[in-house]
Amino acid sequence: MEQDLIVTNGRIIDPASGKDEMGSLRVHDGHIAEVVWGGDALSGEGARVIDAQGGWITPGFIDLRTHLREPGEEWKETVESGAHAALAGGYTSICASPDTIPVNDEASVTNLIRQRGEAANAARVYPVAAATTGQRGENLADLGDMKAAGAVAVSNGERPISSARMMRRVMEYSRTFDLPLMTSSFDLSLSEGGLMNEGLLSTIMGLAPIPSEAETIAVARDIELAALTGARVHLSRLSTAGSVRLLRAAQKRGLNITGDATPHHLTLTEEANKTYDTNTKVFPPLRTEQDRQALIEGLRDGTLSCVATDHLPQNIADKELEFVYAQAGILGLETAFPLMMNLVREGVLSAQQVISALSTGPANVLGHGLGGSLEPGAVADITISQPDAPWTPTQETLRSMSFNTPFLGTELRGRVTWAIVGGSVRYALHGSIQ
Amino acid sequence: MEQDATLEHLLGLRHLTPGQIRNILDHAKRFKAINERKIKKVPTLRGTTVVNFFVEPSTRTRTSFEIAAKRLSADTLSFSASSSSFVKGETLLDTARNIEAMQPEILVLRHKASGAPHMLSRAIDAAIVNAGDGYHEHPTQALLDMFTMEEHKGPISNRDVPLKVAIVGDIAHSRVARSNIHGLTKLGADLHLAGPATMLPTAVESLGVTVHYSVEDALKDADVVMMLRIQKERMGTDLFPNDREYARMFGLDKKRLQLAKPDALVMHPGPINRGIEIQPDIADGPQSVILEQVTNGVAVRMAVLYLVSHRGRPAAPVEVQ
Amino acid sequence: MSQAPFSIETTIADSQKVDAILDRLADEILAAHPKCEGIALVGIYTAGVPLSQRLQQRLEAKTGTSVPMGMIDITLYRDDALDGLPSPVVGETRFDFPVEGTQIILVDDVLYTGRTVRAALDAVVDFGRPKVIKLLVLADRGHREFPIEANFVGVRVETSKRDSVKLSLPEIGNETACLKHFQP
Repeated sequence: MEQDLIVTNGRIIDPASGKDEMGSLRVHDGHIAEVVWGGDALSGEGARVIDAQGGWITPGFIDLRTHLREPGEEWKETVESGAHAALAGGYTSICASPDTIPVNDEASVTNLIRQRGEAANAARVYPVAAATTGQRGENLADLGDMKAAGAVAVSNGERPISSARMMRRVMEYSRTFDLPLMTSSFDLSLSEGGLMNEGLLSTIMGLAPIPSEAETIAVARDIELAALTGARVHLSRLSTAGSVRLLRAAQKRGLNITGDATPHHLTLTEEANKTYDTNTKVFPPLRTEQDRQALIEGLRDGTLSCVATDHLPQNIADKELEFVYAQAGILGLETAFPLMMNLVREGVLSAQQVISALSTGPANVLGHGLGGSLEPGAVADITISQPDAPWTPTQETLRSMSFNTPFLGTELRGRVTWAIVGGSVRYALHGSIQ
Repeated sequence: MEQDATLEHLLGLRHLTPGQIRNILDHAKRFKAINERKIKKVPTLRGTTVVNFFVEPSTRTRTSFEIAAKRLSADTLSFSASSSSFVKGETLLDTARNIEAMQPEILVLRHKASGAPHMLSRAIDAAIVNAGDGYHEHPTQALLDMFTMEEHKGPISNRDVPLKVAIVGDIAHSRVARSNIHGLTKLGADLHLAGPATMLPTAVESLGVTVHYSVEDALKDADVVMMLRIQKERMGTDLFPNDREYARMFGLDKKRLQLAKPDALVMHPGPINRGIEIQPDIADGPQSVILEQVTNGVAVRMAVLYLVSHRGRPAAPVEVQ
Repeated sequence: MSQAPFSIETTIADSQKVDAILDRLADEILAAHPKCEGIALVGIYTAGVPLSQRLQQRLEAKTGTSVPMGMIDITLYRDDALDGLPSPVVGETRFDFPVEGTQIILVDDVLYTGRTVRAALDAVVDFGRPKVIKLLVLADRGHREFPIEANFVGVRVETSKRDSVKLSLPEIGNETACLKHFQP
């Protein structure tokens, strides 16, 4: 058994218990053993000690949507590199989206991903099962088998399920195995070929537009299907005010539907596309300021319970192209925390709300009781951070294998200093502990 | 209007000041005079290399730029999409970097991807002149259109009654329309667009134009009628049923032209689809200035190449006498 | 223009004296070209143009014939054409007479390095083959950098290279006609 671990001298923010004050905690046998508030020190004999140096002590972050590129595109990211990038961003758990090559639509691929994750010994890697074979939206995939192989949820990934009938079946089948369905809902016929948000800016820039309705129409449909099937549905990467409105109304009706938004949708708008910088090309596209404010309001009032990064590594060869030809995607794991801290510093979200969206909310969506809490008895997945520490994402400082972020070379504020998984210190920014 | 001679690249008209546009048009007048001499040449750009990189092919625009460069005594090189390295899959940036190794001062780029000139302007040293990118902008076309309008109608700015210009066609997919909208509104013209709703881009009224679904409404009392080319590939898709319907509902014929002012100019960026967006007798008729547009294109492009060549040069020397 | 401000200003010729100089120059032209046969006056933009017009008036008064005129803007022919910012406007270049076989008198305000005249010669021959090109200047301030001399000189001014010699004319926006010498 490992030595006990004491984390001390930090601001403990624990959304599960609602507590937010200075304190210390002790980890024993991979679980939180005790939490002490105020300046009282925990007795440290025989224990390893981490001094949080006044920074934040929070549950480890959980990402519902990370695109690890293994199997199939390992030059962009592997399970291992993604799991390490995750820790650097404070993510002690990541859900690997099924858009691999081949698609994660059967247990053999699920096993591969899970095993690679275990071998990496970094963040926990949870495979997510594809909803349909090949993500083609035509036939159900082996959800039961994949769950047995370690899948924690179902997702349609980057491909829509265009047939309402098929989506109904996906919801019913996911429910059969008590797997939450995470869906990025969009109407392909309205979004196909589109490059940026539809509006005056897309007209001026001469780029094929994607209207908000491409998302809201599909969100409305999937809400009704969720009501019909009683499935546990989570709406991924919402980008429009309309979607937040629809979700709020659905929750008022008593439907158990959750939703998330990405850090880039919460902090950037279509204005970022103005220079045709392909690092801002993403799906769903960056939208208007009104949409961004609606997403923030969604987090504030609880309509949105999660932030998910939608981390999507792209090689420079796929980005250094004309805007229309460049692949979409923005890195997210290592920049999520500082971007969310911007919103705290601006006063639009509280520290509690952000930490909840990063950890407790996602834990509740996955519903498997692993993570998202610092209460005694909870598994010791802990993130320690300096919320205002300046750093600049560069090819040297990023741990991901790819560098496609519009924030490359920009100074950000907010950095994770330690990441602990199951009581084991798996990431230390400045070397090791005593 | 205050003149502004600085021009680092010409990526589009959206970000030019009215002063910069005025300056280009005034210079174009002088360059047109050169094109009417026996020796149609000045030594101004001697030793300058202008590369025409036409990834999207266009014989007419490329020839116009080539003539313009040669009349300024510049050396020209032309690359097209069928250049072997491009066909072998070389990316735009790599091809541009290879071209840059020849140290051109100016790169004229035509490309079917909106934003391609912006991308090159960040990556290579040469001054970039946009000869048309996707459906974003085609600044030299709009400039020659405005030059042609002013030759017949006088200055566009500071009129008692603004110049009424009607633009008809597939505005949503037209870079010519966009550049004209930016340029003409900056100079104070009164713009009226007409087309089916499927071909009018989102929020275009916010650019200071009036939008009509009825071409008759747009043409009423117009001083200038500009017909845009309908791309045959777009007929029979979700944008428009067929070209006969288009000709009937939006085509310019004698009856519709009579709604405009009696001395209204008829313009078209070319190439024309006779019988579809414009009837042959109108295209060849007395009000048509379509061929003049082509001639003026050389003068305008000479002005652009001349102005863009000054970029990055040292400050003006002591006055030479 | 990046020059130190001038502290000494000398008027070489006021409005009356400018007129007197032009009268004399007109006589010299007539002496060399009786009845102004076969000649044309071509003013070099900017000040050369109104100067050539003033000379034309005098010659018409003396001979009864109207001397053909032209004007050149040398901006596009300068050897430093691309340095610095482009001048806001390029003036008109045109000849109201056939260049072929004509005796052209180029008219400019100040002759200094000679580069302007070199550019003007290039411009003229692009239009055709004149019989003869002569040069008339109101002031010659020396410091030639090219082997060029004027056939008709209004006044010679001794200057240093840091000086400036400027002709003001109401036709080009100044209050009165006068020729001034500026020294730092």
